[in-house]
Amino acid sequence: MTITPLHFVGVSVLLFGVGLLVVLTRRNAIGILMGIELMLNAVNVALVTFDRVYGPERLDGQLFSLFVITVAAAEAVVGLALILAIYRSRGTVAVDDLHELRG
Amino acid sequence: MTDWIYIMAFYGVAGVALLGGLGVLFFRNLFHAGLSLILSLFAVASLFVLLGAEFLAGVQVLIYVGAVAVLILFAVMLTQRITARRVRRYTRALVPAALVILGLAAVTALVMVRVELPPMAPIPEAGALDELADLLLSTYLLPFEVISLLLLGALVGAIVLARKEERR
Repeated sequence: MTITPLHFVGVSVLLFGVGLLVVLTRRNAIGILMGIELMLNAVNVALVTFDRVYGPERLDGQLFSLFVITVAAAEAVVGLALILAIYRSRGTVAVDDLHELRG
Repeated sequence: MTDWIYIMAFYGVAGVALLGGLGVLFFRNLFHAGLSLILSLFAVASLFVLLGAEFLAGVQVLIYVGAVAVLILFAVMLTQRITARRVRRYTRALVPAALVILGLAAVTALVMVRVELPPMAPIPEAGALDELADLLLSTYLLPFEVISLLLLGALVGAIVLARKEERR
């Protein structure tokens, strides 16, 4: 019995599912951001796994996840700044209380 | 590394990562959820080590645990009323969301049963850091520069958004 790439991909899928569930169900906007971070991490695990499958001389998968980490950092910074601005003007960060644009 | 140590390490680390994720889902207090997220991020860094991507593990710990998670915890402390313990945690989408996840899991399971992946290539002795650096400054030079621009934009945008408005 050995650890195959499918094991790592399985962990990635499960982590992605948990993150998606957090994003779809949490009420607090910061909780939703946490779920997005979980999903991005799951994708990174899959990317690095496939990088490993296709040999040590190709590193494109690792580079891709490096880019993903960078973009995730930028996204978290801007998202949290937006949430702070919303909290300052509205006094809440619960996403289902912010429904002015609903018809 | 002996085989069974690797297997045990994999299952332990994967379990910790998933438990951390479930903590993010289920903790009532959002601060605890953030700490649970940090646990999960650390476990993912360990998964990177098991995959032979040590540099990526370091980056993960530095950027995610060191910067993003701390930022999230700060935001939690700035916005949450700690006294409001009995706030509803979930929107009403819980049941449809669970159905969506189940569908996703079923599809992936179907694909994973049929796909035949080649076994993992052996982990090279030397780290891949210099090859990564070469690639970053040759093939991927353009995305590298674009990402630096993106970071600059995010930096300025976050400062503008989070600054207190001054009336004049």
